[in-house]
Amino acid sequence: MSELTSQKIPVTVLTGYLGAGKTTLLNRILSENHGKKYAVIVNEFGEIGIDNDLIIGADEEVFEMNNGCVCCTVRGDLVRILDGLMKRKGKFDAIIVETTGLADPAPVAQTFFVDEDVQKNARLDAVVTVADAKWLSDRLKDAPEAKNQIAFADVIVLNKTDLVSKGELAEVEARIRGINPYAKLHRTERCKVALSDVLERGAFDLDRILEIEPDFLEAGDDHHHDHDHHHHGHDHHDHGHGHGLKHYHDEDMQSLSLHTDKPLDAARFMPWLQNLVAQEGQKILRSKGILAFSDDDDRYVFQGVHMMLEGDHQRPWKDGEPRQSRLVFIGRELPEAAIREGFESCIVTR
Amino acid sequence: MTDFDPGESASIISVTDKVRPFKIGAPVSAVHFLGDQAAFVGSEENIFVVAGEGEPATIPVHGGVILCATSDGTRLVTGGDDGKVASLNVKGEVTVLATDPKRRWIDNVALHPDGAVAWSAGKTAFVRSGKEQDKDQEKSLDVPSTVGGLAFAPKGLRLAVAHYNGVTLWFPNMAAKPEFLAWAGSHLAVTFSPDNKFLVTGMHEPALHGWRLADNRHMRMTGYPGRVRSMAWSAGGKALATSGADTVILWPFASKDGPMGKEPAMLAPLKARVTSVACHPDQAIFAAGYGDGTVLMVRMTDGAEILVHRNGGAAIAALAWNAKGTLLAFAAEDGEAGLLTL
Repeated sequence: MSELTSQKIPVTVLTGYLGAGKTTLLNRILSENHGKKYAVIVNEFGEIGIDNDLIIGADEEVFEMNNGCVCCTVRGDLVRILDGLMKRKGKFDAIIVETTGLADPAPVAQTFFVDEDVQKNARLDAVVTVADAKWLSDRLKDAPEAKNQIAFADVIVLNKTDLVSKGELAEVEARIRGINPYAKLHRTERCKVALSDVLERGAFDLDRILEIEPDFLEAGDDHHHDHDHHHHGHDHHDHGHGHGLKHYHDEDMQSLSLHTDKPLDAARFMPWLQNLVAQEGQKILRSKGILAFSDDDDRYVFQGVHMMLEGDHQRPWKDGEPRQSRLVFIGRELPEAAIREGFESCIVTR
Repeated sequence: MTDFDPGESASIISVTDKVRPFKIGAPVSAVHFLGDQAAFVGSEENIFVVAGEGEPATIPVHGGVILCATSDGTRLVTGGDDGKVASLNVKGEVTVLATDPKRRWIDNVALHPDGAVAWSAGKTAFVRSGKEQDKDQEKSLDVPSTVGGLAFAPKGLRLAVAHYNGVTLWFPNMAAKPEFLAWAGSHLAVTFSPDNKFLVTGMHEPALHGWRLADNRHMRMTGYPGRVRSMAWSAGGKALATSGADTVILWPFASKDGPMGKEPAMLAPLKARVTSVACHPDQAIFAAGYGDGTVLMVRMTDGAEILVHRNGGAAIAALAWNAKGTLLAFAAEDGEAGLLTL
């Protein structure tokens, strides 16, 4: 699986509300001396200040698939462009898809789950959302698109931090964490972020769903250390407790984390999960899980976007490694009680 | 039957020893005949022409990816990501027919029997007349979303433009509003039946959709495990052979109702996906290429198979017959190719 994955061209999706700094980040990626060649699919042509014959203009065409799944939408233009780009295979190392400020990232992500040809040649690497430290709090109140982009993100570049006070920064971070405590967050000025923090993240790679822990960034933005392996000791869906951040619950968008030390019954869990995303998939933006099944010595990992799930046995549980199951859902108006109850019913009690 | 290892292939007739194999040396996306020369369209920049016993001759046509190609047997028209529409004739001469001023990708091309050319860039379809007196006249039509496919009707100057949620039928020489055939979903390839009675599209999802043009009645052709990328009308238009499954799916179009209420024939099953189909110009025979590199010739009447190329290579990307039906050319995605003389 890993070998196959590595041959596929990684695709980074760059989102962010109008004026947050997407183009700044894009220009930064393209101008930095990294020795890599990127194909870039943009919507607002002409804003990029760098010559690159692999900049392709796209119209965001969101197509509904006629497969009976109401929220199954894909980016038709992306299917076409990726198909054309793949004929140039070997001439670039990675693809960046910039979405418009008002775009929902889901159709872009779903394109990589649904389209056979896209899946064969490319893999979604991560959804990177650029957010404006000064205006995000306001946008979260009046722009559902901005909220979607935060909820969907694997990496959040909180930009223009020089334009806000320390207190305002803490406030906007707390609001972000109230929606999505799992994304890696980087505070930046003029999108100054290490490229390794936004590219080649493998956020959709099942092999790299190692730990599902909230990401709490300590102070010090430009030198963000990888917190993947830290254990913060609070397992349940805390929204920033104990880190000096205010505690925000977003009114409609939130995350839900489930956890058990007891094994799950695969025969009950799988149908429950599939049914859950089939029923509530419109509300669930992202889902991820590491699972310990009874009578199974392998870790099982899954991830999903709305109604689409993919999962696989990852590797054997190591000796002494606690066989815990963890699930995370990010979405709007999640039926928390029903989800918790359903999950509990999949736990083996004997 | 599904594996052509020498030990197990006793039951199938093979003409593999009559195939002249050669290497194109680049990935191939299409093949067309210009007279009796096989013109292999590379994924990028070049067309490779094979005449007689000669080696492939490289002819540069585009400054980037070749996104689409079509031919009427006398010229091969291509569209590229360099924004150009190019035409290669039998003599090996290349003409640039059009250049998109914004250098947009030319996603589709189509040729009319009278010489008219159509192409598309983004949401716009263009037509240039084939008649000498108005050769420089170009007409264009904007459709609601990116053009997925183009096809000229066999009679009259009428262009089918496939896009999201349907097909627009346009008479470029008439002032009348184009006709719109609606069907939800993304329509990519499009083709008229040779008798001008039916229109069929290959959709983004694994299905075909058809319309009987007399009354616009819908025909749903579903059940494919994969997207249909290759469609070919049999001699006389009696059937439409299609890729997308692990057998060739052959829809009957001989009656006035077309395939409505009928089951398709499923021929030449293998344990690999059919990637390309091409029908013989006169006889009830088609050639089929598979994802595992196999090429078969199949008789439509009884499904009898003849092996043209063994499995084991890259997926077959392209197949074509010459107009006389005496030559069959094929190429795999990696540029392994062959020419069979019958």
